[in-house]
Amino acid sequence: MSKEGANKEVFLRMSKRDSISRTKAWTIRLIAIALSLIVCALVIVFITNDNPIQVYLGIIDGAIGKKRRMWVTIREIMTLLIIAVGLTPAFKMRFWNIGAEGQILMGGAATAAVMIYFGNSMPNWLLLLIIFAASSIAGMLWGVLPAVFKAYYNTNETLFTLMLNYVAMQIVTFCIVFWENPTGSNTVGIINGATRKGWFQEIFGMQYGLNIIVVLIMTVGVYLYMRHSKQGYEIAVVGESQNTAKYAGINVKKVIIRTMMISGGICGLAGSIIVSGASHTISTSTADGRGFTAIIVAWMSKFNPIAMLAVSAFLVFMQQGSIQIASQYGLNENASDIITGVLLFFLIGCEFFINYKVEFRGNKKGVQ
Amino acid sequence: MLLLTFIQNAISQGISILFGATGEIVTEKSGNLNLGIPGIMYMGGIAGLMGAFFYEKSTETPNAFIGLVISFIVTLLASALGGLIYSVLTITLRANQNVVGLALTTFGVGFGNFFGGSISKLAGGVGQISVKTTASAYRAKLPLLHDIPVIGDLLFSYGFLTYLSVIISLLLAYFLKKTRKGLNLRAIGEDPGAADAAGINVSRYKYISTVSGAAIAGLGGLYFVMEYLGGTWTNNGFGDRGWLAIALVILALWKPVNAIWGSFLFGGLYILYIYLPGLTRATQELCKMLPYVVTIIVLILSSKRNKQENQPPASLGQAYFREER
Repeated sequence: MSKEGANKEVFLRMSKRDSISRTKAWTIRLIAIALSLIVCALVIVFITNDNPIQVYLGIIDGAIGKKRRMWVTIREIMTLLIIAVGLTPAFKMRFWNIGAEGQILMGGAATAAVMIYFGNSMPNWLLLLIIFAASSIAGMLWGVLPAVFKAYYNTNETLFTLMLNYVAMQIVTFCIVFWENPTGSNTVGIINGATRKGWFQEIFGMQYGLNIIVVLIMTVGVYLYMRHSKQGYEIAVVGESQNTAKYAGINVKKVIIRTMMISGGICGLAGSIIVSGASHTISTSTADGRGFTAIIVAWMSKFNPIAMLAVSAFLVFMQQGSIQIASQYGLNENASDIITGVLLFFLIGCEFFINYKVEFRGNKKGVQ
Repeated sequence: MLLLTFIQNAISQGISILFGATGEIVTEKSGNLNLGIPGIMYMGGIAGLMGAFFYEKSTETPNAFIGLVISFIVTLLASALGGLIYSVLTITLRANQNVVGLALTTFGVGFGNFFGGSISKLAGGVGQISVKTTASAYRAKLPLLHDIPVIGDLLFSYGFLTYLSVIISLLLAYFLKKTRKGLNLRAIGEDPGAADAAGINVSRYKYISTVSGAAIAGLGGLYFVMEYLGGTWTNNGFGDRGWLAIALVILALWKPVNAIWGSFLFGGLYILYIYLPGLTRATQELCKMLPYVVTIIVLILSSKRNKQENQPPASLGQAYFREER
């Protein structure tokens, strides 16, 4: 039994690459994307019996075919991007914040509360500022709770943040009971539909202009913070090794708590972008799995903001496109989750070939 | 009588969670934190339902027992496939476990909802899918025994999957505590480097435990569609029970026997709001928070007390690379 295993290992040798050129890394990624697109096409063709080229034209049409669709795609890319950006400081510190989903929901709930209770008492710009502050604080609280327990008792943060997602979900359902409109519908409906109070306004004639501006500011801000500030450096050191950090005189507890406040705060802010910048309502599906997808985006991009934008754009493009395909064939929109899943498997899997060299035994002999 | 119904409902709520938690315990004991379990449970559920659906469509007079065997096997295969995807990516390709698990959950939940919502259309029919015949086999109660008053209702009024879930947990407890292989498995979860040095094939154990753990978890989905829903599908109907299963692993402190009573407790907490008098709609929602809040408290207490045997496996969530020791 074990002999077989040993043979296999000799036949296939894996070793860690010291370095890989950027072009080579991106070639591998592009091959993976191409393969994943082929697999997705096979899946769709199997289901719809349609010509694969037709299917991909349908995806492109669905994502950017009409002006409105293109704007929705851009809006969704921005939303996914800001969540991934928000998660970056935590992940860089090797703090597994699986709780973006809950932090978004809490931020969204705070946004909805401000819109409902203060909607008519102040000018819109002030209202928006309060919304930004309230949603960030709500997300911050949701993020700092597991951080405190991690810092002091070393509680497993993956599981803690995961559980908090569902607590947040129940809090939102709890709030919906009070904000229900119309009564008995069990939904909040469009908030301030007539007055548009608390909604993101058009900027430069672009409906989602403000979404783009806020997200890009946060992206650049986090990039600079991580790269060029002392605190960003401390985060990196704690992520490398807590012992090293302690030895270097860094207050690890403080860094963990502070970083999670930032991370949770940005995820909370993402909640306000979803609620007042896009849907204008709140429900348990406000986060809609974006918190989870963003984890994958942030991790795969190795925390590089350009890569994050590219990965978000690619995933959202495929999602929006496959929603269109599904409705064209009268199937349900969950087809996009299957597509996303397949894409992610390939993108995740290909990282291995970037980090490791795989050599066949025969090959190696030939070289020597 | 109300108490009796409550306990019965708590148990039937708990069973799918128990399957999921048992599967996840096997997986986590090998050091793999599989966050794809919720997705795998959706995959298992819809696969079993599809198996039974196509079988019942293909014959004039479907036989309940054959339907049962087909759906059972299809469920095992589909959920094991989910576990295999996870294993290849995390064990062989060394991808991050959390990332792969979440991707698998996205995929699995989408897979379930897509086929659940579209299967009748894909099969050329219209309307809801329903596999009453096969479901009747899953819902069959033990004859005679369940006619005993009270005790019969309390203990013998469930389908066979309920008993299977408890048996699997007990077997797992025995396996982990009393057998050589179980000891090896625990060793891998605690310190894969040492286990490897002792001549245990780490990858093989990780593969087997993750794939079989996924297969067990998939049965939770099957239980839900067949026994609980009676052979139908509602999109997202399975809800967050998959995450509750992961929560239950924590509550059970990684011990299968604790998972059994824990699952009944979770099931009870999950539906407690229906039975508590005087709750408004709002407070009902707060009440549904209980399982998660209880889990968080257990998580905090167990890490605060820092007792050796109540901790997660030491290498949980970390990949093992021999050359990076």
